[in-house]
Amino acid sequence: MPVVAVEGLIKRYGNLTAVAGVDLAIEAGEVFALLGPNGAGKTTVVEILEGHRDADAGSISVLGFDPATGGRGYRERIGIVLQDGAVERELSVREALGIYGSAYPARLPIDDLIHMVGLEEKADARIKTLSGGQQRRLELALGLVGDPDLVFLDEPTTGFDPSARRQAWGVLESLKSLGKTILLTTHYLDEAQHLADRIAVIDHGRIVAEGTPDTLGGRNDAAALIRFLPPSGVDPRSIPVPGIRAVEGGAVQLETDSPTRALHELTSWAVREGIELQRLAITRPSLEDVYLELTGDE
Amino acid sequence: MTSDTLAGRPSILRLAWDQIRYQNKIFWRTPIAAFFTLVFPLMLLVLFTAIFGNDQIEGLGVTTAQFYTPGLAVFAAVSATYTNLAIGTSISRDAGILKRVRGTPIPPVVYIAGRIGSAVYIAFLAVVVMMGVGIAFYGVELFPRTLGAALLTFFVGTSCFAALGMFVAAVSPNGDTTPAITNGTLLPIAFISDVFIPLNDPPGWMVVAGDFFPLKPFAVVFREAFDPTLSGAQFHWPELGLLVAWGMVAAALAIRFFKWESTSGGSRRRGNRDLE
Repeated sequence: MPVVAVEGLIKRYGNLTAVAGVDLAIEAGEVFALLGPNGAGKTTVVEILEGHRDADAGSISVLGFDPATGGRGYRERIGIVLQDGAVERELSVREALGIYGSAYPARLPIDDLIHMVGLEEKADARIKTLSGGQQRRLELALGLVGDPDLVFLDEPTTGFDPSARRQAWGVLESLKSLGKTILLTTHYLDEAQHLADRIAVIDHGRIVAEGTPDTLGGRNDAAALIRFLPPSGVDPRSIPVPGIRAVEGGAVQLETDSPTRALHELTSWAVREGIELQRLAITRPSLEDVYLELTGDE
Repeated sequence: MTSDTLAGRPSILRLAWDQIRYQNKIFWRTPIAAFFTLVFPLMLLVLFTAIFGNDQIEGLGVTTAQFYTPGLAVFAAVSATYTNLAIGTSISRDAGILKRVRGTPIPPVVYIAGRIGSAVYIAFLAVVVMMGVGIAFYGVELFPRTLGAALLTFFVGTSCFAALGMFVAAVSPNGDTTPAITNGTLLPIAFISDVFIPLNDPPGWMVVAGDFFPLKPFAVVFREAFDPTLSGAQFHWPELGLLVAWGMVAAALAIRFFKWESTSGGSRRRGNRDLE
C-alpha cells in the first residue's frame, strides 16, 4: 500500500480552481518531487496532505489517515518543513528542538539532529541571531525531530545561494539514506533531477507528466536530434539523408528515432564529399526541454 | 540515527505544562512585555501616590495607595492577559508559528491553554508584586476574611480578559493592528473604570459605560477586598457574573473566528502564498 494515495483531488478558492483533479501514489522510501512553476498548485496539494487545508473533492489517504481528520495520531508520524516557517525567536536552537520534540512519542536525539544540519556552533544561541540559511537548516531539523515516516519539504532551497543549496541537498540525501519517504515541492528542475526518485510535473492544478528523472515526459523515447553547420555553398536539400531541415543560424538538424543509421548515412556522405561537418552534435531533449514543453512556460 | 522511543506518547497535561513553561520563558526573554506588565503599573503607583500624596481621598474613606494599588494590580493583570495574549498570539500567527504548531502533534487546545496558563501565571505575579509593594511601602492592608474573594475575583477576571485577548487575536488582521486595538480599548475604558482616576460624581453615561464593560467590575470588586472601611467576605456575585458572561461570549467568538494562519500578511510575513 502506498504511503500517499490521492485520487481526484480538487481545491477551489472562489472562482479559481487551484487543484483540478490530481492523482498521486507515493511508495514507502521514495523521494517524490512535485515540480511546477509558481502558482501551479503544488503548495496547495502539499498543504492539503499536511492537514492545513481541506480538499473540496477527492479521496486522500496518507499513512492510512485522512489528513483532515487524522489529528494527533497523524501528526505524530509526519514531519513538515515549512517554506517560510518561523520559530519563537527568543528560544535557542536546542530549546526549540526540545520543546517541539517533546510532543512526539518517538524523537530523534537533539544533538544528532543539530550535528546533521550543521548547527553545532549555534546550538545554544537564540534563534534570532541565526542567519537565514541557518534558520532554514533549523527548520529542517524541526521537521525531523519527531522521527517521521513521511517528510514534507516545501521548496526547501528557495532563496538559497548555490553553495547553500548544495549543502541542503547533502542533508536531504542523508535523509533519504535514513529510508524516509519524502514529498518535495520545488520549482527548480535540477533539484528535482538531483534528489528525486520520481517527479510529477504540475501545471494549472493538474499533473501533466509523471516519471523518473530519466523518463519524464517520454524523454527516453523522444527522438534524437542531430545538428551541424554545413559548409557554405552546400544546399541542405542536397544532403541525401531524409528529414534534414534548416534552422536559424545557418545550422541544419534532423530528428530521428534511429540516430545510428541516420548518423552513418550523414557521415558517409560527408566523407565521400570531403566535407567536415562543423559543430556536429547529437542530443536528446533535456529535462528542461521536456519541462518547458509540458508547462508551456511563457 | 535511532529514535529515543523510551519516551512514549506524552500526556495532555504534560504537553500543557511544557507549553506553559516555555511561554513563560519567552515572556521573560521579551523585555518590553515584561516591562509593561510588571514595571509600568508599579511606576504608576509610585507616581500617583507621589503626585496626590498618600492621604485619605475625599469621599472614599481610603488612602491614595489603598485606592490605586488594587486598581493598578487589576490593570497589570489585564495587561498580562488581554494585551499580551492578543499581541503575542497575533505576532505568532504573522510569523507562521501557529501554522507550525498546527502541523505538530500538540493539540490546538493544549497550545492555546498553554498560552493562557502562562498569561494568568504572569498576571498573578504582577498582582502579587503590586500588592506586595503596596503592603510593604504604602500602608495597604491584607484581610484574611476577603482573601477568598480576592483570589476568586482574580481568576474570574483574568479568565475573562484572557478570553477577550484571544477574541482580539482571532479578529485582528495582523500583529501590527493588534496593539492599536488593545490599547485603543483598554486605556479609554480604564479611565472610566476607577483605575486611573477616582471618579467623583461622573456624568451618567460614564457610569453606565463603566458598569457595562468588564474592567470596572473587576477593579472595583478586587479593590473592595482590600478596603479597610468594609467588613465581610466581599464576594460580589452580580459583578463576577458579568465578568463570566463577558468571558464566555468572548471565548465563543474567539473559537468561532480563530485562524491559525495569517491571511492578510503582516509585516513579518513575506507575502501571501495561499494560492500557490
